[in-house]
Amino acid sequence: MLDFLKPPVETFQDFLVLAGRAVRNVFRSPHYSDDIFQQMDVIGVGSLFIVCLIGMFTGVIMSLQMAPMLNQYGAQGQVGVIVSVAIVREMGPVLTAILVAGRVASGIASELGSMKVTEQIDAMRALGTDPIQKLVTPRMIATAVVLPLLTIIADFIGLIGGFIMAKNLLGISASLYWTSAWQNLEPRDVVQGLLKPFVFAFVIALVGCFYGMRTSGGTQGVGRATTTAVVVSSIWIFVLTSAIGRLFVKI
Amino acid sequence: MATGNDIVRFEDVCLSFGETRALDHVSFRLSAGETRVVFGAAGSGKTMLLKVAVGLVAPDSGRVYLMGQEITHLRESDLFDLRAHVGILFQEGALFDSLNIEENVAYPLVNQRALQHAGSNGSGRSVEERVRETLRFVELEQTLAKFPSELSGGMRRRVGIARAVVTEPALVLYDSPTAGLDPITANTIIALILKERDLRNAAAIMVTHRYQDGHLMANFRYNPNSGKIEPQPPAGDPARVSTRFFVMNQGRLVFEGSEAELQAAQDEYVRKFLRPTGG
Repeated sequence: MLDFLKPPVETFQDFLVLAGRAVRNVFRSPHYSDDIFQQMDVIGVGSLFIVCLIGMFTGVIMSLQMAPMLNQYGAQGQVGVIVSVAIVREMGPVLTAILVAGRVASGIASELGSMKVTEQIDAMRALGTDPIQKLVTPRMIATAVVLPLLTIIADFIGLIGGFIMAKNLLGISASLYWTSAWQNLEPRDVVQGLLKPFVFAFVIALVGCFYGMRTSGGTQGVGRATTTAVVVSSIWIFVLTSAIGRLFVKI
Repeated sequence: MATGNDIVRFEDVCLSFGETRALDHVSFRLSAGETRVVFGAAGSGKTMLLKVAVGLVAPDSGRVYLMGQEITHLRESDLFDLRAHVGILFQEGALFDSLNIEENVAYPLVNQRALQHAGSNGSGRSVEERVRETLRFVELEQTLAKFPSELSGGMRRRVGIARAVVTEPALVLYDSPTAGLDPITANTIIALILKERDLRNAAAIMVTHRYQDGHLMANFRYNPNSGKIEPQPPAGDPARVSTRFFVMNQGRLVFEGSEAELQAAQDEYVRKFLRPTGG
């Protein structure tokens, strides 16, 4: 009766096996540090511009949409609080991760998928290299280092975007905006805001690698793997942000 | 028990993917210095035969021995050391797109643990020297800095051969080395394979669907003195390289024998692979 559950459960199990091996390889030699730095460049530096752009607009929009409401209650001074809490806790980590998922999970899945269908992964094994050690672990480490950094940058640029709008629409002074934004951020907001991208990084890199490595069916399969990787990693990002958010929210 | 002399040995090996039988009770043995030519239609399990032989795919049942050691249940990390003695030319070459030709050919030398520990396989030459030498062997020394995408199909196949043989393995597996190539390039590739086989007396399994390839492997040899490809000594001469033919159909080995036996075969499927050899 529950047969329909079998394929997704098996897929999840395979995913956990890959994730386990990838993490275990972090503590095993050989370490391909060149690959790690190269991936950091591709994933981090490559995503920097678009992450800044999206961060900026997030802050601008938050400020823009909140300004009339705050004005109504005479609470213009609170705009910095709203922007900083929303961005640092939620918007920064999630939007950056979704963006990186679209850029990086798809890139990883298509690269590894092409390698799979052209037998390069088999060749790698035949020539004495563990493809998880050589391909998956460096991408995982690189994303885990780079995504929190990208999120910090996105958060900061978002706050600047929020300030620009707050100043123009509500005439809020710089000192009021930044003081209220800063003072209302609690350490656990920052912890939450950095834990999320760290967790998302594993999801993005591992989901991308997972669907890439199990690609079959030629070039069409590569396309399928890429789409699935983006969809699945995006869903997991939302599921996990809710779960992690719940851990930090106390009423 | 596998005897030490067997390079590869299959004992009743079965492998299926869902409903499809890739290998169906396959048994055979290959000794040092021998050549096997495997014919078969697309999807008859030829490629899987090679992949199972080096442990890239584990069989469902049966036993597989490589270099006298059973590999059926060996862990991947233990297989790496054994695989250092095997070279593989994959279909279409399977060169690494992100590496240039020099790095591609150097890859097994740089990455194979067994070779590193063995002190570069007994020879004192540097990796670079060996890569150049091997590329000279396939006549592509000028392409060192190029990337695989910049080469033609035949050249990529030749680089694939270079990468397979750079470690001077005891066994070389060729998966459809001539597929998709024009007849002239195909013959160049076979000439290289002959040269590799006869210079080092390496064992070889070649999967193909071109009868001509098998015919050349069985009847010609590379003469290192003259540097030319010449006919093999007649049957019975100890200098003749033993070449046997396999025909596979839906995972089963439906024929095993010499070229003469192949030509005398009555089975309709087996006869499909007999084509006029052009002289």
